[in-house]
Parts: sequence; structure tokens; C-alpha cells
Amino acid sequence: MPLTDSLRDDILASVPSLRAFAISLSGNGDRADDLVQETLLRALANIDSFQPGSNLPAWLFTILRNLFRSDYRKRRREVEDAEGSYAKTLKTQPAQNAHLEFEEFRAALDKLPQDQREALILVGASGFSYEDAAAICGCAVGTIKSRVNRARSKLSALLYVDGAEDFGPDETVRAVIGGSGG
Amino acid sequence: MRLQRLNRLGSVEQVMKDVKSQASKNAPASKQGGLNAEIQSRIGHQLRAMYDDVVRQGVPDRFAELIRKLDVPDTDPQVGSAGGPENDGRD
Repeated sequence: MPLTDSLRDDILASVPSLRAFAISLSGNGDRADDLVQETLLRALANIDSFQPGSNLPAWLFTILRNLFRSDYRKRRREVEDAEGSYAKTLKTQPAQNAHLEFEEFRAALDKLPQDQREALILVGASGFSYEDAAAICGCAVGTIKSRVNRARSKLSALLYVDGAEDFGPDETVRAVIGGSGG
Repeated sequence: MRLQRLNRLGSVEQVMKDVKSQASKNAPASKQGGLNAEIQSRIGHQLRAMYDDVVRQGVPDRFAELIRKLDVPDTDPQVGSAGGPENDGRD
């Protein structure tokens, strides 16, 4: 369909969640915004192939997801400062406890296989149905369900069963330990 | 020595939030089988908190501008240069 004003507004309205999805996937704020930008350019260039009345966010998420995956293959050997860059994208600095817990969660999320991570984010954070998530990822609904379940199990094991030693004290934790223990 | 060790763990535990100890207290029953419901809801909460934190940042200017510019077909500065026409974003 042509790029009408209302379609443009709808695309604009999807930008915040596209960014959240991109950052959740890549763990890197700068790269995420590049992904979003390329997604928007692709979407606008291919707007004729968008079916009016179909799910616009799902369409945009599909583009972003596929871009991320082809990009990921190219870049997988690059070393990235995932946590540091992500932290910079936050508007407000969380309190230390929350920040640490957040970093811990972020690190655990990064340990998930990509298939599981994206399924969990789409269903658990973006709020897509299993059906929409399956369409976005190009797989069966049952596959999405099992990926989400495996992602949750693994996060649970990483965060709540194995305990702190699984992550080991990082520098922040060490500083806190040094401060309160000595 | 022993006391120090406990102290140390205690600090970590505090920092990591009460969740963990709470979770392990409630976990035994479901450790082997399904997920503890409380852990699951905690994970869901953390995931959404992380995600919504970005959503709340709204639309950065660069994207608003990009979409506004591209609204006028004639100016069309960048479409097509970002990627080949073959690759339409599909795998």
C-alpha cells in the first residue's frame, strides 16, 4: 500500500518497541539503532508489499529480525562491549542494586541460544502471540513454544538455581564486597 | 576464616537481591520438573522491565526525521543505497 500519513504514524509508533527488540537481541545500543534505521529504510522501500490491515508491528519485527540474523552471521567474530554499550542507552542510571541485578539478567539473557532468546523476547516482552512470534521467526507455533520454555528454564537455572558463583563476582560486586566486608 | 566467608557470601546475597534466597526456599518441590511459578514471574518481570525501559525512551529524533523525510518520494535520499534490492530483509 502507499505510504499514507496514518501508515507513517503507525510505523513511527512502532519505533520504540523496535528499538527495545533490537537492543534485547544485540545487547548493543548503537548497533541496535543502526538496525532500527535499516529496518525503517527497508520497510519504507518495500511499503508496497505491506498488506493493509495486516499486522504492521509483526511485519516490521520480521524485517528487523532477519536483518539482525544476517548481520549477526557477518559479525559473530567481532568482540563487543555489550554490557557497556547497553548501559549507555539507559536514560536514568538505576540504583546500584537494581543495576547489578539488571546486568546479571542481561548476562544470562546473552547466554541463551539466539533462537531461544528471540522467542522469549517476542512473547515475553514484546507481547506477541505465539502465532505472531512463529510468523516473525518463520517457524511452527510449537517450535516457538518450546523455545520459550527452554529459554525460561535456562534463565531460571542461570539466575536462581546455580546461584551467584555461576557468574562470579565482577568488578562491581568485588567493590561492593570490599566496601561492606572490610 | 569461616565467619569471613559467610560475611562475603552475605554481601553478595544482599546485592543480588532477596529473590535468590527466596527462590531457593520455595524451589525444592519443582526443581526437577517444571519451573517454579514465582521464578517464572520474576523472569517475566525482569524481561519486561529491561524492554520497557527502552520503550519509554520514545522515538529518537533521528527516526522521526527519517520517516518524515522519506514521506516525500522525490527527496528519497537513502532508500536503495542501504542494501541491494535482492535482499528485502528475508533470510
